[in-house]
Amino acid sequence: MPRALFEKVGSAAYISHLDLMRLFQRAFKRAGLPLTHTHGFNPRPSVSIALPMSLGMESRCELLDFDLEGEPLSGEKIRIRLNGALIDGVRVLEVYDSGRKLKELSLMDCQLVLEYDSGVPADARERLEALFSQEEVVVEKKGKQGPTPQNIAPLIRSMEISTGEPGELMLQCRICCQNPSLNPTLIAAAITKYLPDYAPDFVRCCRLELYDAEETVFR
Amino acid sequence: MTELKQRILPTVQKPARYTGGEWGEVKKDLDTVRVRVAFCFPDTYEIGMSNVGMRILYGVMNEMEGVWCERVFAPWGDMEDAMRQHNLPLWALESQSPVKDFDMIAFTIGYEMAYSNILNMLNLAGVPLRSKDRHDLKNIVFAGGVCAFNPEPLADFIDFFSLGEGEDSTVEIVSLYDQAKAEGWSKDTFLHAVAKIPGVYVPSFYRHEYHEDGTLAAIVPSEGAPEVVTKRIVEDLDKAYFPTKMIVPSTEIVHDRANLEVFRGCIRGCRFCQAGFSCRPVRKKSPEVLYRQAVETLEHSGNNEITISSLSTSDYRELKELTDMLLPYCAQQKINLSVPSLRADNFSRELMEKLQTVRKSGLTFAPEAGTQRLRDVINKNLTEEEILTTCSRAFAGGWNSVKLYFMLGLPTETDEDVLGIAELVYKVIQEWKANAVNKKRGLRVHVATAYFVPKPHTPFQWEKQITPQEYLRRCKLLKSHFYSKSIEYDYHSPDLSRLEAVFARGDRRLGPVLETAVVSGARLDGWDEYFNYAKWFDAFQKCGVDPDFYTVRGYDEEEILPWDTIDVGVTKKFLRLERKRAYAGTVTPDCRHGCAGCGANGLLKEVAYDA
Repeated sequence: MPRALFEKVGSAAYISHLDLMRLFQRAFKRAGLPLTHTHGFNPRPSVSIALPMSLGMESRCELLDFDLEGEPLSGEKIRIRLNGALIDGVRVLEVYDSGRKLKELSLMDCQLVLEYDSGVPADARERLEALFSQEEVVVEKKGKQGPTPQNIAPLIRSMEISTGEPGELMLQCRICCQNPSLNPTLIAAAITKYLPDYAPDFVRCCRLELYDAEETVFR
Repeated sequence: MTELKQRILPTVQKPARYTGGEWGEVKKDLDTVRVRVAFCFPDTYEIGMSNVGMRILYGVMNEMEGVWCERVFAPWGDMEDAMRQHNLPLWALESQSPVKDFDMIAFTIGYEMAYSNILNMLNLAGVPLRSKDRHDLKNIVFAGGVCAFNPEPLADFIDFFSLGEGEDSTVEIVSLYDQAKAEGWSKDTFLHAVAKIPGVYVPSFYRHEYHEDGTLAAIVPSEGAPEVVTKRIVEDLDKAYFPTKMIVPSTEIVHDRANLEVFRGCIRGCRFCQAGFSCRPVRKKSPEVLYRQAVETLEHSGNNEITISSLSTSDYRELKELTDMLLPYCAQQKINLSVPSLRADNFSRELMEKLQTVRKSGLTFAPEAGTQRLRDVINKNLTEEEILTTCSRAFAGGWNSVKLYFMLGLPTETDEDVLGIAELVYKVIQEWKANAVNKKRGLRVHVATAYFVPKPHTPFQWEKQITPQEYLRRCKLLKSHFYSKSIEYDYHSPDLSRLEAVFARGDRRLGPVLETAVVSGARLDGWDEYFNYAKWFDAFQKCGVDPDFYTVRGYDEEEILPWDTIDVGVTKKFLRLERKRAYAGTVTPDCRHGCAGCGANGLLKEVAYDA
């Protein structure tokens, strides 16, 4: 089964997981790339996107598995044709065969940009570093059975804090993304909970890269 | 720093409906644009993007050199609250510019319950509500759609109306504006000039005078405006503009599929149906043109579903030719073909089975009335036998759910007619028992009754609406006669249909009511989550307007009607005759069985009205 690595940025960040699947199904059709269909009572085009993402997050490392009917085409041909049928903000970076098993996917790099409208508090960096070096940082995680407490500290493998544009603080984190996974917005939630004086006015979030358990880039 | 709108988006439901950027949207370079049109749909994105008329006119305007038409929809309540809290004015999707920056603000109105959204959207845009408070050529507000056939409740707010089909007239209107803007005309000069375009109605050029009893005494045209404005039609639909490059929403909408309009108008003359009379005469497209447009639309959009649409699709003579061409293409491309609006009387088993090879869609009938007597009164030429035969075939073919739609409060309706609905439903269940191939899965009969709303330009335009209490009594009477567990019965809330009746036949005195209700927070009235009759009730009281005047009173045949200025092609004489025939229980054959003389063929240069 071929796999596509694609990015989802700009206003496309507001397209939901299910809508994005539909969007790709139509894009394949527009590109003249017929998808195979499932054989069930209600045949569905075979596309699936790994690791559903919260609305509003951007990503440069999304994975889409699909299956085409007919003669196999080169990954590069598929990539070019598909990009000709996609909207701004959704762009296929690479199409390749024999991607690794998704269950081997384990870690992810993501970037959080904390925006402070009246300037970054002077010692914010130190305070944040201190917070995330604790053994326990517990925040409420939304679940099907309502919110449950989750200790996010062990799920953050590393975090580098740097200053970005004026009024911005950048957090580059390597976090667990599967079994268990950490929704990066919870990192911001932790700041608001533990350091309310350092709560940002807005947070932008972007996925950057995927890794296996050995921290080798995952494709 | 992230701008305000981007900060709000993650906090609202379904943010993708506010961002634009879909496949097929039209972007233009502002340096080459002379006229900017904000095309507003007075409901949510999901409803508006499903509207074929809007898609056609969006294409028509964007085909014009120097004109850029963008889309605007009503925000959902959470977004509206955020916009008001942060003083963020309403924007258009393509450029994300504020609506206030546009030259022309257009509305398409298909439903009376959207009136509050029109005012609310103008308010959110920061544009003065009343026409007389907008002094410049900029921000000129115009409107079209079915509701424009009685535009009077909106007369205070809309600068002019475009009546009928807009493929040609919209180009004339926007071109005139282009000239007006280049030559620096005043708003008044423009309104005088635009009133000369056939099909354009400028309400401020007419004075309405009333008798002491509240009925209209006179409608006085001034400023050289015509006494009657006749709606526009497109004569040759095969040659009419049709957008095969449609916008494909990135989020799910109500009708998330390609749409193929096979004809306009209707050969039937159901006496309650506004579209049936106001969209006359019938004009069709040829199957060859339709097939080409279907393939182009599907290839450009990548949709996996296409629907054939019209007011009564089985009346399209070449339906077999069309589906014979479409079905192999759809099967090969794995596209679902759906054919709604089929009539029970000529619903062919063959077509039903052919459609089933792709995917099974629902079975829906609208007998509208429970007895043959009442169906004859409303001229719904559908017999019980036809309904039952079609049901038995469908059940034998594996269907096990059916929807039946009725109206309560139709003229001359008695309790016997109401109970006739229960009897008909019982007979449908008997058909299932006799014919179903798989009884294990059970049968679902969904029955819905609507509260009859008399509409302008129909033979029932003078009728009384029954009171809400009487309507509810009939609903309960019917409900108490449904015994089977297979039946699900829904009835519409009377408040909404009562309000719809007020505005459908309303006059200019409703302007202040509308404004008062919107100022007090009325919006999204078509949505149960937001509809609040108390706000409207208060507004009627504050403005001293009695809603019963427009509903339970009924209109006298000799009375001047608020919509007498508007000519949809069908004569008042014909409507009176049809009303008489209704009370006599006499049916009028469809247009194919002889011309009944409604007058609509007078709109055509060449007379060939058939689907």
